[in-house]
Amino acid sequence: MVIRIIKSFFNRVFGNIFSSRTNLKIGLYGPPNAGKTSLANRICKDWTGEELGKVSKIPHETRKVQFKEKVEIKHKNKVLTLKLVDTPGIATKIDYEDFMKFGLNKKESKKRAKEATYGVIEAIKWLEDVDAVVIVLDASQNPYSQVNLTIIGNLVARNIPVLLVGNKIDLRKADIKKMSAAFPEYDVVGISAKQGTNMEEFYESLFKLAKKV
Amino acid sequence: MAKNKNLKNKLTLRFVSYSEMSKLESNERIKKLLDNIVENKIIVLQGKLEPVEEATLISSTMALIGRVKGFKGVELATIQPGKENGFFENIKVGLARALVGERDSLTVIGPAAIVRDIKKDPSKIDLMLVKSL
Repeated sequence: MVIRIIKSFFNRVFGNIFSSRTNLKIGLYGPPNAGKTSLANRICKDWTGEELGKVSKIPHETRKVQFKEKVEIKHKNKVLTLKLVDTPGIATKIDYEDFMKFGLNKKESKKRAKEATYGVIEAIKWLEDVDAVVIVLDASQNPYSQVNLTIIGNLVARNIPVLLVGNKIDLRKADIKKMSAAFPEYDVVGISAKQGTNMEEFYESLFKLAKKV
Repeated sequence: MAKNKNLKNKLTLRFVSYSEMSKLESNERIKKLLDNIVENKIIVLQGKLEPVEEATLISSTMALIGRVKGFKGVELATIQPGKENGFFENIKVGLARALVGERDSLTVIGPAAIVRDIKKDPSKIDLMLVKSL
């Protein structure tokens, strides 16, 4: 009887700590076309051998939340197991005519726009259900966009730890210093998910992020 | 009907005071803003929305796209003076905000069908309108 009580106590106290550290739900958030799925693919390819989703130059390629369970990341003798949650890009406007500029016909564009609006709503709902968030921004774009601030503000309001990633540092216009200046309270890591540049520093920062949960 | 036709060619900027919005509940604030935006008005708001309200505004906006004819979403930006001040100035600003609310912020929200883009740096907002107004 006493042994069972002690066992249950340890399970409750240490079991919770253990599970929260080893099976974290990490959400990838950001505006459309920042490279969230490219980063998710890079992480999944590095640690599971297979990619998570399709990427495209057309905005809103990811229109549904997609997951990869039990991604086991090993870094400097440490192991982090996480559920990777790749979310649709958050936008304040979606115009089907923008998709037609990429060669889609009117019907396809309207369908894509409709699905994209659902995707944004779904991504916002998922804010309630993640343990930590990696915000992926395009380092070649102006970081002061309201969508970025809204995402960060919502995470702060919910006490969800944040890591900022400036993607596409392979582009000439990329400016990580500008991003760091825009968000001085946060760690900013510059990467190129497409080319796999600086992923070591990213994984290091991911472990630090996991510690904050 | 003729009145609506005339309105189509007019650009309306509506200035909304902090006191006007602060007396409303959160969902009423969002509804009021969206009602104005759907009527193609650009809102200049004294103060700012809470982050959770901004997220709700975005979700509600998405739900309206495709349902309201010609509605493509919103453009919004907030500037909040005081961020780049020194330590003591920030304390002063923080105290003032605690007492009277965030009246020193300014938020611009407009329909994406009229506001093509909002360019923002920490201290100024540029509003780019569509050419064919």
